Amino acid sequence: MSAGASPYWINAAARIRANRAWRNEEPVFELPGATADEFLTALYKELSTDYPKWYKMDRLAKLGVLAAELVLGKPEAGSGRGEQSPYSKAIVLANRHSSLDTDRKFVEQLREIPSPAVFVYTLPNIVTGEISIRHGFKGEQAFFVDDQPPVDLLVSYVERLFEEGHTDSCLVGWTDILGEQYEAALFRVSRVAEDSVLSRPFTGNNVYQYLNHE
Amino acid sequence: MSGAVYIAGRGAISCIGKNVQENIGALRRGEAGIGAIRYLRTVHANTFPAGEVKATNEELRDLSELTGTNSRTTMLGLIAAKEALTEAGLWEGGQLKKTLGGRSLRIGLISSTTVAGMDLTEEFFPAFMANHSAGRLRNVYQHEAGATTEYIARALGITEYINTISTACSSSANAIMLGARMLKAGMLDIVLAGGTDALSKFTLNGFSTLMILDQQLCQPFDQNRRGLNLGEGAGFLVLAGEQMMEALGREKRVRLSGYANANDAHHQTASSPDGTGSFMAMKGAIDMAQLNCSAIGYINLHGTGTQNNDASESTAIHRLFGDEYPAMSTTKSFTGHTLAACGALEAIYSAVSLEEQILFPSLRISLPVIEKPGVVVQELRRVSGLQHVLSNSFGFGGNCSSLLFSLS
Amino acid sequence: MNREQLVEDLKQQIIEQLNLQIKPEDIVASDPLFGEGLGLDSIDALELIVLMQQKYRIKLANAEEGPKIFKSIDTMADFILANQTPAAG
Repeated sequence: MSAGASPYWINAAARIRANRAWRNEEPVFELPGATADEFLTALYKELSTDYPKWYKMDRLAKLGVLAAELVLGKPEAGSGRGEQSPYSKAIVLANRHSSLDTDRKFVEQLREIPSPAVFVYTLPNIVTGEISIRHGFKGEQAFFVDDQPPVDLLVSYVERLFEEGHTDSCLVGWTDILGEQYEAALFRVSRVAEDSVLSRPFTGNNVYQYLNHE
Repeated sequence: MSGAVYIAGRGAISCIGKNVQENIGALRRGEAGIGAIRYLRTVHANTFPAGEVKATNEELRDLSELTGTNSRTTMLGLIAAKEALTEAGLWEGGQLKKTLGGRSLRIGLISSTTVAGMDLTEEFFPAFMANHSAGRLRNVYQHEAGATTEYIARALGITEYINTISTACSSSANAIMLGARMLKAGMLDIVLAGGTDALSKFTLNGFSTLMILDQQLCQPFDQNRRGLNLGEGAGFLVLAGEQMMEALGREKRVRLSGYANANDAHHQTASSPDGTGSFMAMKGAIDMAQLNCSAIGYINLHGTGTQNNDASESTAIHRLFGDEYPAMSTTKSFTGHTLAACGALEAIYSAVSLEEQILFPSLRISLPVIEKPGVVVQELRRVSGLQHVLSNSFGFGGNCSSLLFSLS
Repeated sequence: MNREQLVEDLKQQIIEQLNLQIKPEDIVASDPLFGEGLGLDSIDALELIVLMQQKYRIKLANAEEGPKIFKSIDTMADFILANQTPAAG
């Protein structure tokens, strides 16, 4: 796929890792020394997320929903939700560890009585479902499992979605968690550059750079 | 290459057969493969019927020609993958054919699974928990979803492109969709796409806590259905474009003419009552093929047998077709729900329906969910003029996919 | 078993089992658990079935029995008192 000019634009991005959270290039929150769980809960409160179902989610879904919140803003705040058809909003995610963080928890429970609320999250694509429910995305979704962020695949896959004509907006990125190691980077991509300063062309280079900036 | 995507080869292993021919034979004879659990060691062995592949792990190891300890998921996948490659003319003398007419082929593997090597991990875990030095670590090498794919790729000699999709019950349908897209984008010459899942305690207990398992043989798409039976198996398609089909000397009979994926955005594991995701997936596939609904002659339903799916799916079908229903049935009444493999397995059954102009029945139906006579196929039915078939696969997470196959 | 104590225990257990971010004092024993009230969903219903089994050794064979039993904390308490075997508890 071409590394040159792209007709599509990254209009918002967010990153969460190592007890820090960024919206675009701006650090939004940090809590050094906290455990992963403490950090995620603190970030949830910092963003005034106000979505009680969040507490019932597994750690991957919690991470993904917070990253989506940073990129998309609140569902009611008209983050494109009103104007666009929900069927034209797609989500494409990937990670390394699939749902292993929750799988481990479930396997331990098998010794006694397994919990349905835990089992429900033993699939990596439930996080795309949770984001879809929260933000009203009813378009295509995909979830890939790969050792490193498959940047070329994600870019070409999303470009293809736009070319096929049914997608006008796509949330794409990486959401991974296992124990205390977690990382999320999400991008909101669409056909137009909404901001002359903040919007960046949707290319493999730009995605890769954002994933690795400090 | 933009253009048509054809099926060049098929491979299938399930509780009704260890290859495509055996599977189709059982479908023709109306013989399901669901019963008391005999191969997996579980406390639920006599509680929940399941569709197990009728082979021990030792037998599967021989069939797959692997050595050492391998996850049942890996072995099932490899058996089906080899059969598909062999039919396509790409597996000769125990090796992948990597050149054709002097030109080297870009062959990709897109597999999918929900449970991967969990069967081995389950065995490892109790010993490990009792004593952290116990348990054989090699049993967890194949734990991760990507790992089973990597092992299959390595055994086949596929290096160009390897990917794993994990979107629950729609996984292998999505793998087939991605394969078709990569062919059309000219990124690969041949794609081996499908999925595999072995029965595991993890899955059985998990579904049990969701209370959607039937303790009897399931009756999907019946008004008195009680739930689903789990199955296991693997299915793979070799997909190729027009030119590659000719180079392979394969007859261009069945084409993947449409596909679509949409999210229900309703609940983690239940489908919405109005079947929105299912509706959008089916409609999207039909629109992509530029057809009218009336062109669809048969639907291979997702039809798991749960209260929720069958209600949601039939509602979506009614929204799309009104009262002009195509014939439909669910082959999960034969195989049980094979999770990640079902998209690919049912794609193969749908392709055979087209090639042989026969519709396989939904077994054990007394009172079909759609009561209009003749709509839900209850006995093997010969048809003529069947041109287009829809195959549905709807997964947890609201992930709904539909594949549309057409006769060329 | 003392009914008042059982009701208090149930409130605590439900908060823990379902990851609810409220205090026991916030739950009214006669209020509906599903629909309005606490607004629990179908997965929560399954979790309550697990709670019955785990804490009170009562097994529900049929998911359909659920709606009646789990209507409120009061109905749950009634059910437990009626069905608990003498050996357990």
